[in-house]
Amino acid sequence: MFRYTKLTLLREVGLWALALVFLAPFYFLVTTALKPDSELFTTSALAPPTNPDFSNFIDVLTATGNSNVVMGLVNSAIITAGSIVGLIALGSITGYVITRSTRRWSKGAYYLFLIAIILPGQLGAVPLYMGARALGLTGSAWGLIILYTGMLLPLSIFLYANFFRGLGTDYEEAATIDGASKSQIFSKVVFPMMAPATGTVTIFAGLIVWNDFFTSLIFLGGSANQTLPVAMYYYIGSLVSQWNSIFAIVIVSMIPILALFLFAQKRFIQGFSGGLKG
Amino acid sequence: MTATMQPKSEAAEAPRRGKRTPGAGENTRPRRGPMQFGHWWWALPGIALVFAIHYVATGIGGFFAFTNWTGIGSFKITGWTNFEAIFKDPTKLGALSNTLFLAFGSVLLGNIAGLVIALGLNRVVKTRYILRTLFFMPVVLSPLATAYIWKYIFDFDGPLNAFLTAIGAGDQAKPWLADPQWAIWTVLVVLVWSSTGFAMVIFMAGLAGVPVEVEEAAAIDGANLWQRFRNVTLPAIRPAVAIATTLGIVQGLRVFDPIMALTGGGPAGATETLATLVYKQAFALGNFGGGAALALVLAAIILIFAVLQQRLTRSNPED
Repeated sequence: MFRYTKLTLLREVGLWALALVFLAPFYFLVTTALKPDSELFTTSALAPPTNPDFSNFIDVLTATGNSNVVMGLVNSAIITAGSIVGLIALGSITGYVITRSTRRWSKGAYYLFLIAIILPGQLGAVPLYMGARALGLTGSAWGLIILYTGMLLPLSIFLYANFFRGLGTDYEEAATIDGASKSQIFSKVVFPMMAPATGTVTIFAGLIVWNDFFTSLIFLGGSANQTLPVAMYYYIGSLVSQWNSIFAIVIVSMIPILALFLFAQKRFIQGFSGGLKG
Repeated sequence: MTATMQPKSEAAEAPRRGKRTPGAGENTRPRRGPMQFGHWWWALPGIALVFAIHYVATGIGGFFAFTNWTGIGSFKITGWTNFEAIFKDPTKLGALSNTLFLAFGSVLLGNIAGLVIALGLNRVVKTRYILRTLFFMPVVLSPLATAYIWKYIFDFDGPLNAFLTAIGAGDQAKPWLADPQWAIWTVLVVLVWSSTGFAMVIFMAGLAGVPVEVEEAAAIDGANLWQRFRNVTLPAIRPAVAIATTLGIVQGLRVFDPIMALTGGGPAGATETLATLVYKQAFALGNFGGGAALALVLAAIILIFAVLQQRLTRSNPED
């Protein structure tokens, strides 16, 4: 019935045409970043560079101070990895307990987390900043890891809770009968089984933390430990309409995440389409 | 409400629970009721962290909405004054309507575009996985990076005007981002561009669940393309529509990064949203009380729409 017909071919060609228009911004991004300063205002914005060179990228990677991109990459990687670890550890155990518990408060706790997902962050931003400063958490990678873990924990718990809800208790019951303790059941039986949920949490948390600008701008303000988006923001702030240099740093900032996406795109898309159901 | 009740009920449960399970590590099976897994106190660190970072901080922020606090120093409790000021100030009402316009506009257009692409990619198309990856790419980019790319595209010397000139429509060229009439549409384009791929994968997952046999049967019975979509496909992907629109609206109402990078809320407040106004009032203008009041209004709007959406999807007989 649904065979490949001429109409399907037409549909496929049409979709490719649409994709080319849709991805045109990437064309401008790459061609402009490769233009030397001399060509920036003399060639058409639509044309590729006649003498492409990588000098803009070299400038970006050797920038120092506030806009030290290499430092930004390292800091972003540390903060993202730390937050993911925190979110997996706390999210899995909390999601597990509130799903498996038959106590009345566990349902209340579930809604506590659900509402926290949609609260807008701005209302709490100033009190949070003052609290973090009083505890000495501003300006350090550790502080930001704790903050991100707390901020994204409701989402992580929600994803884990939905996963555990769909997971039967057969294995846990069998392990109990075999004499495993509650902590053994969690670490040896449940933890290995929850890999799909862990994958989804890693993707969501990784994307959000890696791409986040506002939180790191405020909580790392003025320190030398900038994250990549903040370094990019400062670097671009020093340029006026130097689109070739701006786009060089934009490309540098998006290469890690795009590479990861293209490498694990199936997992990414599954995480997005499957993880949010329920 | 639930938030304030929470610690109380925990405290009430604690001693009872403590007596019942002496020696946590022992392999005792509960004598009655369903089998218990995990200890309730394992959830405490998570609950405490979420409580402190979300509820306590938001609660304090909410309290300051009723004060004239500047962010430092002393303050006075002013009651509803900040809220009255919001509903009397045309710029703030303008930001409110911009917020709703961008949230609903981006959800509507992003979901329609996502659905059309998902339908196009559904079944038999040979390169569907490559195309899916390409359409999804903008979703993983940071809003800041995305905004910079589009800022250049809409620049007066940028590709859009160069393209218009090239096709002989040079008189239509304008500084898009600085044009009070057009600026909000440029923001809408950027939001739709970065959310289409997300809607697409949700719809693709929904469409994959539609049984081929049913579609075939409808086709054999003589249903045309539209009838098949309307009566077979759409009811089956309703849950997917619900998820995609709820998330889109919640995200859209909070939109901040792309606007700050693209227009900064300008020109003359034409692209100002509640989220950017909150930031400006609280952090730049030193009117923390007013900013907090705006944030409270924003939070209320988001909660209303989230609950409304939940209700609408739950009352569906199909689910």
